[in-house]
Amino acid sequence: MLVLGIETATPQVGVAIGGHEGVIASFHTARDRRHAETLAPAIQFLCAQTQLELNDIGVVAVDIGPGLFTGLRVGLATAKAVAHACKVPMIGISSLDLAAFPARFSDRLIVSTVDARRGEIFYATYRKTAGGIQRISEPHVDHPENVASQLAAHGEDCLVVGDGAQRYAETFEKMRGVEIGQEGFRYPNAGSLVELAHPRALREEFVPASEVTPLYLRAPDARINWQQRERS
Amino acid sequence: MTVILGIETSCDETAAAVVVDGHQVLANVVSSQVDLHARYGGVVPEIAGRAHESLLTPVVAEAMVEAGVTDNDIDAVSATHGPGLIGSLLIGVSAAKALALGWNVPFIGINHHEAHLYAALLEEPDLEFPLVVMLVSGGHTMLIEFQDHGQYRLLGATVDDAAGEAFDKVARYLGLGYPGGPAIDNLSQTGDPTTVTFTPPMRNEGLNFSFSGLKTAVVNHVRQHPDIATADVAASFQAAVVDVLTHKARIAAREIGAKGICLAGGVAANSELREKTLDICVEDGIQGFLPSRAMCTDNAAMVAATAWWRLQSDGESPLDLGADPNLRLPFIES
Repeated sequence: MLVLGIETATPQVGVAIGGHEGVIASFHTARDRRHAETLAPAIQFLCAQTQLELNDIGVVAVDIGPGLFTGLRVGLATAKAVAHACKVPMIGISSLDLAAFPARFSDRLIVSTVDARRGEIFYATYRKTAGGIQRISEPHVDHPENVASQLAAHGEDCLVVGDGAQRYAETFEKMRGVEIGQEGFRYPNAGSLVELAHPRALREEFVPASEVTPLYLRAPDARINWQQRERS
Repeated sequence: MTVILGIETSCDETAAAVVVDGHQVLANVVSSQVDLHARYGGVVPEIAGRAHESLLTPVVAEAMVEAGVTDNDIDAVSATHGPGLIGSLLIGVSAAKALALGWNVPFIGINHHEAHLYAALLEEPDLEFPLVVMLVSGGHTMLIEFQDHGQYRLLGATVDDAAGEAFDKVARYLGLGYPGGPAIDNLSQTGDPTTVTFTPPMRNEGLNFSFSGLKTAVVNHVRQHPDIATADVAASFQAAVVDVLTHKARIAAREIGAKGICLAGGVAANSELREKTLDICVEDGIQGFLPSRAMCTDNAAMVAATAWWRLQSDGESPLDLGADPNLRLPFIES
């Protein structure tokens, strides 16, 4: 079954197509955050270069975040519309899973991060398992210093990956037993999305578009203010 | 016969419509988020973005079911790409481009203002040019000369607040809730519009408008006369807004020799504005066209109708089209 993967939760736009033979085509760019401008032409380009029609796709996989809200929604709106037009189901996968996936050969505790702006990071912890990774903590948003001290208290050697790790490398490098992921793997990858989604698609673990919901992990701005106003 | 799917997500309405040949509306579905924003007294961009994301797919599906069309029947997909809230616009534009890709049909990006101008033609395809269109909404107040398809000249615009903004601000001050337009309209029915004479700034200067001073005048008057009935204040305020709008629309129509005056935008749903606009048109012996209330507020039928005209004259839009929060109408220099 062919999987179209769409990833826009960070400054990067990623699209990949793949199936049982792995990823057969992918496109990534991380310049200027032109998610909406780039995404549809990128899908069109990949289809043309692989001589596939969008209708050959059997499932649409999408990064559901956490990440940059507007970028995330460009990907979700696009993925849902492709699924609607091609009448195929969807699979939603977290950006933190995607950022952790390339680190799946490490024996360390994998800490996957996505830069949440405003001095915070989204993060979750993972361990390698046979053939992949397993998430062992719920995704959270917190200040990198707090995440670092939690990890220090835990005491285990860890590998911190993702663009949150890159941005706050100084904070994490201060800890003993910490390795920072490669800069080239700092953004969630659309190829990882296809690779993670394909076995799930074969197991028919997909959902209709209406059930794919973004993982924001933060209330909208105005709501926070409102709650503060009610308290004061 | 060309069947166009239209999508509108420029502000706080998630809308999809199916329109044939620019005037036959098969479905016009609008999911309003007004309740989500009411407690904040205005549209919160992040809340709007989240709501559009979750609502758009079901709204599109509903429009197609209601229209009785299948995927194969759609000849083009259009979406508003500006002006509006960037985060909201991007959702409609992204979805429309992806649908067009999936169905292998043209995508057409539409200017929200142009769509409002075409709302009148959608319901009354035989309107004769030139027309004066008065576009009055929460974000805009413009007098536009609609010379022919795709040919617009700006005659006048607000220099500060939009008319709809003035309604919202005064309604909030009077404790009438959000959105202010319908609240003031309803309350004014029971009030006496002659209680206070509010004169909007610039009433007798050219074709531009100013509404921020009017709101201040209302606040000052209520402070000085705390016992005044709210209905009378609302009715007097509304009368002042309607007076300046219709007064300038009439001057504009006379200046350009318009065949008629059309209303467009959310404030065009105001019952007194509708009545007074028709009155001046009858007096001046020109056509007066008032779109149905559903066509005044943001909807996708006007987007799909505009797309039909644009597709014929300009063709499809490129797939790398983004959203432009400040998109302007391509006005002819006057």
